[in-house]
Amino acid sequence: MSFRHKHILGTEQLSKEDIELILDTAESFKEINSREIKKVPTLRGKTIVNLFYEASTRTRTSFEIAGKRLSADTINMTASASSVTKGETLEDTAKNIEAMKPDIIVMRHSASGAPNYLAERISCSVINAGDGAHEHPSQALLDLLTIRQHKGKLAGLTVAIVGDISHSRVARSDLYAMTKMGMTVRLCGPGTMVPPGIEKLGAKVYTDMDEAITDADVVMMLRIQLERQGKTLLPTLREYARFYGLNPTRLALAKKDAIVMHPGPLNRGVEISSYVADGEQSVILDQVENGVAVRMALLYLVAGGEHAEV
Amino acid sequence: MSILIKGGRIIDPANDIDDTLDLLSKDGKIAKIGKNLDATGATVIDASGKLVTPGLIDIHVHLRDPGYEYKEDIVSGTRSAAAGGFTSVACMPNTSPINDNKAVTLYIRNKAKEEGMVNVFPIGSISKGLKGETLSEMGDLKDAGCVALSDDGKPVCNGEIMRRALEYARPFDMVLVSHAEDLSLVGEGVMNDGFVATELGLKGIPWVAEDAATARDVMLAEFTGGRLHVAHVSTKGSVEIVRAAKKRGVKVTCEATPHHFILTEEAVRGYDTNAKMNPPLRTAEDVAAVRQGLADGTIDAIVTDHAPHHIDEKNVEFNVAMNGIVGLETSLPLSLRLVNEGVLTLKEMVAKMTCAPARILGIPRGSLEVGAPADVTVIDPDLSWTVEAAKLKSKSKNTPFDGWKMKGAAICTIVGGKVVYQR
Repeated sequence: MSFRHKHILGTEQLSKEDIELILDTAESFKEINSREIKKVPTLRGKTIVNLFYEASTRTRTSFEIAGKRLSADTINMTASASSVTKGETLEDTAKNIEAMKPDIIVMRHSASGAPNYLAERISCSVINAGDGAHEHPSQALLDLLTIRQHKGKLAGLTVAIVGDISHSRVARSDLYAMTKMGMTVRLCGPGTMVPPGIEKLGAKVYTDMDEAITDADVVMMLRIQLERQGKTLLPTLREYARFYGLNPTRLALAKKDAIVMHPGPLNRGVEISSYVADGEQSVILDQVENGVAVRMALLYLVAGGEHAEV
Repeated sequence: MSILIKGGRIIDPANDIDDTLDLLSKDGKIAKIGKNLDATGATVIDASGKLVTPGLIDIHVHLRDPGYEYKEDIVSGTRSAAAGGFTSVACMPNTSPINDNKAVTLYIRNKAKEEGMVNVFPIGSISKGLKGETLSEMGDLKDAGCVALSDDGKPVCNGEIMRRALEYARPFDMVLVSHAEDLSLVGEGVMNDGFVATELGLKGIPWVAEDAATARDVMLAEFTGGRLHVAHVSTKGSVEIVRAAKKRGVKVTCEATPHHFILTEEAVRGYDTNAKMNPPLRTAEDVAAVRQGLADGTIDAIVTDHAPHHIDEKNVEFNVAMNGIVGLETSLPLSLRLVNEGVLTLKEMVAKMTCAPARILGIPRGSLEVGAPADVTVIDPDLSWTVEAAKLKSKSKNTPFDGWKMKGAAICTIVGGKVVYQR
């Protein structure tokens, strides 16, 4: 089994076998994260630049820790996605970083397609850490690892993803990855937040949250991004919580052993109640933990790591 | 100085001619059309196997001059036009300064006259500064030489301003070219709203943004009795709205661009900024409706919406890239595809690129009648060639057709009896 991808731009590009390889590799790295000395020399001498054009705490930290545990040199660059007229163009920034010979650029950008743009123009590997409303592949992969850990399998499971599907890169990456793994994906959100044609990507679209989560194995809540959604898509957060929020009563509709996930950060009391977020069925912190292992796997595989020693 | 074009198939829809004939131009005018013409001293162009048409006319072009000469100027833009077989272009007023006053109109006309390769007919703005707030001095603009009025690039959002513009322009017999778009429905959209936008995670521009604005402007034309020309229709709904309005006798005409009858939103995949335009590329269903509109006469004219942009404005993230593509040098072969695919007859296609647009703006061009200015295009309909963006005559190279194999090209463009382009 070999990994052929130079870049990880999305889960759309990955095959079922690719995903299995990534998850298995991540599984083997998980053990490192529980050691006393959490460091292996695997990527020693490699340079990873975390180029973040959008605020991110969790994903950037997770990638940074992943790189450091593999002994790579990780550098964080935070830039503002400035307009074309002000500041440096994305291409110039990329070319300047490339001139310093990094091996991998991990990129977060508010513009959909920005990592694709970068990958076309530079010679090192590019890992997409989230672009606009397009893809967030490492999030989807850590979601799968978490589900597999709790359910022992992926194929045949039903996942309900609820929230702002239109603006969610997580929903798209999850949808591609989960359908490839033989899972059933249900999407549910307010009428203003379900993008046209999404069912053509293999999703089942629901307008009623109760129906969407009934008998689901996994309930994934998406963050309502107040700063992004403006005023026109929702009347109030109060009403949103009433119709699309996950609370204990509603969760009872899912399977007894259903797990609850959230890519974070949480809006407690909006899309998810604290009783659920902190409840027994919540695996939200497992997702965060698995994120490090999955990102280690991605860095390792993209660095051509199969021949390197673990 | 005389030119004798021999043995070509002359297609002159304005005069209902489609025959193998010779054409003689003398002193800048069409002197004679007939069989076996002879003219001593005339430059002879052998057009056997070629088409000879009135010089092509494009009534929707951005020459970017004054103000944005780094994208295009009147010299490079008209050179690009000549290479595409166009002998006349009408240029949009969204320059800097904006063509909302006589001085700018005169600047454009003078520069075009001194340095341009083809005829340039300026279009003035409907509202001062394209702001949609107060009317431009339409009478003054007409006197200075503007042939129509448009806020192209922007809609006239305020219904009352559009109503008053149609009323005020009426006695001056100026047509209003409407860029029909409801900006509140466009929002932050950057491509057609639909499945491809969903997949790419890009914000969509829904068809209703165009249809709703087209419907409003058509109704205002009906209400005021003013003359309306709907620019670059791209949706099935707009075509239907114009078709129905024409049936009711509303004074409305419309146009379509090659990119809207050749490409669909699929071209945006890969985040190709050369597939980013306004209106956006739509669905296959819309393309079929635009073609149907061209075939049944709902759509009167083919225009390019030639919109040059510098590489720095396109070589960026998709959502911040400028809208538009250059079109003058690819319009003819793309339009000929409609003929080859049976959508239009050759005569219909030529009409939509000559006499029909001339009639819409009321410019004395688009006909080969004796005494008319000798604007003539000789077309080789079988010439195979490949588009090379880098070799376009336009200053800007923003075309989605780079590398496309084309059939048909202008091989000689004559303006006022002078050869301005030869291939």
